[in-house]
Amino acid sequence: MSASLRIARATGAVASLPARAIEPLMAGLQKAIGIKKMPWFFLLPNLLAVILFSLLPVFVNIFYSFTGSDRLYPSQRPFIGTYNYETLLDCGNYLDPSTCSRDLFWRALGNSLVFVPTQVAAMIGIALLTAICLNGNIRGRGFFRGVFFFPVMLSPVVVALTWQWILQRTGVLNGILTNLGFEPVNWLVYANSAFFWSVFVTVWAHMGFYTIILLAGLQAIPRDVYEAAKMDSASHWRAFTRITLPLLKPVLLVVFILAVIRSVQTFDELYVLTGGGPGSATLLMVQYIYEIGFAVQPRNFGLAAAASLLLGIVLLIFTLVQLRISRGSSNG
Amino acid sequence: MANLVLENITKSFGLVEVIPSINLEITDGEFVVFVGPSGCGKSTLLRLIAGLEDASSGDIRIDGESVINVPAADRGVAMVFQSYALYPHMTVRENLSFGLENIRMPKGEIEQRVSKAAALLQIEQLLERRPKQLSGGQRQRVAIGRAITRDPKIFLFDEPLSNLDAELRVLMRVEITSLHQRLGNTMIYVTHDQIEAMTMADKIVVLRGGRIEQVGAPLELYNKPLNTFVAGFIGSPRMNFVQTKVVENSEAGITLSGEGLPNLTLPVQGLPLPAGAAATLGIRPEHLVPSADGWPLKVTLAEQHGASSYLHCMTPNGTPILVHEPGQSRLRSGDILHVSPAAGEWHLFDEEGLRVEPSGP
Amino acid sequence: MADLSLASSTGGVRNMLLGRRGRGRLHISDVLTYGYLLLGVLVMFAPVIWVVLSSFKTSAALQEFPPTLLPYSTEQVVVEGYEGTLPLFDVITESGDVVQLAQIRRVGLNAQMVDPTDPEAGRIVVPVANATPVREIHFAVENYVQLLASSGSEIWRFVFNSLFITVAATIITLIMNSMAAFALSKYRFRGDSLALVAILSTLMIPATVVLVPTYLIVAQLGLVNNLWGVILPTVATPTGVFLLRQYMLTIPDELIEAARMDHASEWRIFWRIILPLSSPALAVVAIFSILSRWNDFLLPLVVLNRREVFTLQLALASYQDENVVRYEQLLAMTTLTALPLAFAFIFLQRYITSGIASTGIK
Repeated sequence: MSASLRIARATGAVASLPARAIEPLMAGLQKAIGIKKMPWFFLLPNLLAVILFSLLPVFVNIFYSFTGSDRLYPSQRPFIGTYNYETLLDCGNYLDPSTCSRDLFWRALGNSLVFVPTQVAAMIGIALLTAICLNGNIRGRGFFRGVFFFPVMLSPVVVALTWQWILQRTGVLNGILTNLGFEPVNWLVYANSAFFWSVFVTVWAHMGFYTIILLAGLQAIPRDVYEAAKMDSASHWRAFTRITLPLLKPVLLVVFILAVIRSVQTFDELYVLTGGGPGSATLLMVQYIYEIGFAVQPRNFGLAAAASLLLGIVLLIFTLVQLRISRGSSNG
Repeated sequence: MANLVLENITKSFGLVEVIPSINLEITDGEFVVFVGPSGCGKSTLLRLIAGLEDASSGDIRIDGESVINVPAADRGVAMVFQSYALYPHMTVRENLSFGLENIRMPKGEIEQRVSKAAALLQIEQLLERRPKQLSGGQRQRVAIGRAITRDPKIFLFDEPLSNLDAELRVLMRVEITSLHQRLGNTMIYVTHDQIEAMTMADKIVVLRGGRIEQVGAPLELYNKPLNTFVAGFIGSPRMNFVQTKVVENSEAGITLSGEGLPNLTLPVQGLPLPAGAAATLGIRPEHLVPSADGWPLKVTLAEQHGASSYLHCMTPNGTPILVHEPGQSRLRSGDILHVSPAAGEWHLFDEEGLRVEPSGP
Repeated sequence: MADLSLASSTGGVRNMLLGRRGRGRLHISDVLTYGYLLLGVLVMFAPVIWVVLSSFKTSAALQEFPPTLLPYSTEQVVVEGYEGTLPLFDVITESGDVVQLAQIRRVGLNAQMVDPTDPEAGRIVVPVANATPVREIHFAVENYVQLLASSGSEIWRFVFNSLFITVAATIITLIMNSMAAFALSKYRFRGDSLALVAILSTLMIPATVVLVPTYLIVAQLGLVNNLWGVILPTVATPTGVFLLRQYMLTIPDELIEAARMDHASEWRIFWRIILPLSSPALAVVAIFSILSRWNDFLLPLVVLNRREVFTLQLALASYQDENVVRYEQLLAMTTLTALPLAFAFIFLQRYITSGIASTGIK
């Protein structure tokens, strides 16, 4: 405690040097522009960065999606109308990706549509179960909480390499199986098992984050509510479904939205773990966008932009539906 | 030290008019208390004077100079906030000197002012502590000390005692009053507690709905409230009000009836109330005295305070009347008590609730 | 699992290991809870420990299947007349005795061996089936030494790049986000809600969706293959503004009014009053920022193409891409990359988890 205090004081002292130089400057600025304009001054740096690196790109993206060629600079890109969208959406039979002119887009979309619900459901289910266990009357809660949380700190690359090392043909998992008398399996070579492990590894890496949030939500539920339920002779299960879940709903909603947004954006772990393979079995939308925009030559920025906008639209619809549902349920 | 003039001050938040128009003059060295129920605009008025809110129109002058466009820091006023607003991450000493450092006062002088204020408020031993380590009363002193170090022309207090417990409040009340006597500055003090107003003020300003109801010395307000609102607000326990009708207004006096009580004749002449007019009779509990031919009131509850008793009574029509009886009462619930107003200790208000005084000499 | 059986046999130990905070007997639900949590410890911890253990294995040991838990290596001996070292084997001779021989080379099902105590005796041909390597626990620290030595200054460059990006981006993020949060929490001005919506709406835009135009803007600014090209696009985090704003809303306005009456300039109010009082929220934002910048992958992957500007994460991924994967170095590097955060986590665990919990909901 005292050590951290000393560090804080020391950094404070170092930080105060430029601060002392800045203060008269800022006081002068306030005199020059007037106190009413100061909030804009405080807002400006962040606002500029947001406009430059978040809002502007959205508009540039729209522009890209209607233009062609592999040139990066907008002025050098010819307008091609909705060609990119038509290419992406062009399909002989929408149920069979191989009849589409961009079959990988549809495969990636299909994979994402399976991956996201599966991963989110598994994530929230396991995180909730873990949070409930941690919320119980147990010893060493801090330790267990740390155990479940620490993979969140690991970089996606480290996570992927770790599991690759475990899952490879001569990895420890197969080693254990062999010792138990089973045949070793090439986990990442078969489509189904690769998909399973993709879900497993991403859940492993991120569930701790949601566990912590859910645990805080559980701890915010006052004990006396449960005591009242006990007096009302409610069973454990009934207490869970009629008290815990309803009171946890706002937190669950936050967790759900965060989990979905993160799940849709999954890229790093799978890029390193499976590379989208075998074949395109674990190729998700974001990796598809990355591949056509940056990895495959010639770089097709227009197609990548069109694909990302389609993804954005799907996300937007999801968010709106989500808002509608949550508003509807809070009214009802 | 300064006098303060508010001229046609108005304040609206959006479409809501909080202060319709206020004119007020406060002379140098006065201790003025703004009092009124919550939402009466007293805090807004104080913040307008402080410069924390901009007036919608009107003018504020300190020592004859308009300060309406002067920022809060430069008006020469200091404020003690309701929550004290002590900087939680600074020690008491840093709290006291922060404002002086901001105007780049020499270190020696800061030191001197801080120790002077600390000595005045007896907080010298607390200077190195942080606000969290102080009790409510100590925080209060520090907040006042912070105002003192700035040596302002006018002190502003925004309900400073409302976060203290009852006992401490009485103590601090005395202390702030004696501080005023020693410093002699103009002080403006906002409270909703009429006892604070009565005990501390040189001048009370009673506010309701953003309007001034009455301005005057405490006893002036107590003795001659201008309307039923002030009459009801000043004085504790509250004044009793009886709705009556004028039966007769003659040389012999004014005769009133109401509430199913026997007629009451008050020996006063020249009241501008014709027979048949409605009038509200106000009598303080301490001014109802036993008399054999007085109003018969039924006691519903006898409250024994030891040194005195409060008898909760009811008129035949069910209007509650509170009667103060010195000493320990022998009456009990259900007994009948006969009382009438002490000579001259009553107030009459007309239909609009305004005080009625005899006209002419 | 051993703990469980132990616990049920002796009450004292049970109470020590599994004792509930209250009184009362161990209920079936407690057994299930602890069972689940211990399984969790295994699943969460074991993979990482496995990688760390593996990183201490020699390249030969890494090839073994099934793998051993601890890093073993075959004992090596120097035999006169032979170059280098030779692996030592326990060999069952035809007479049934066990002797230690050094293997010179292996030919099909047979191996040529030599007796290290008597090299003059010449080569002995032994069937492989009769030979088992003599093994000892050996932490192959040389993996790390080699990694650091062979890549020369390169690895320090990666570390520097990652550190520079993390530190610079975090400092800028903290200052910019808290300034914006201050404006949006403590002032009312025309367009304040518009600005808030503009900043928060970017929460909805996944970074990957705007990857191409972000690259374009970085390129326009001439920052491709420049560390600032990774720093600048990430500093205006909407979550940071949001968390800090929510926190600053809880700081009473009276403090600011008091400071204003104390002649403090707006900047001084921000710097001397608001920032110190927001330190818990600043800590959470800092931790988030450090985590995501240190672990960032996609943006660096796109913006940084030259090896000298690689971050640790890019370098790590590139090791795996190379034609011959040198597992012993890959594992050592994985461990090294995860190490700083692992240490940070041990020290900051309480702050991190409670910080995320308290601000994550609002």
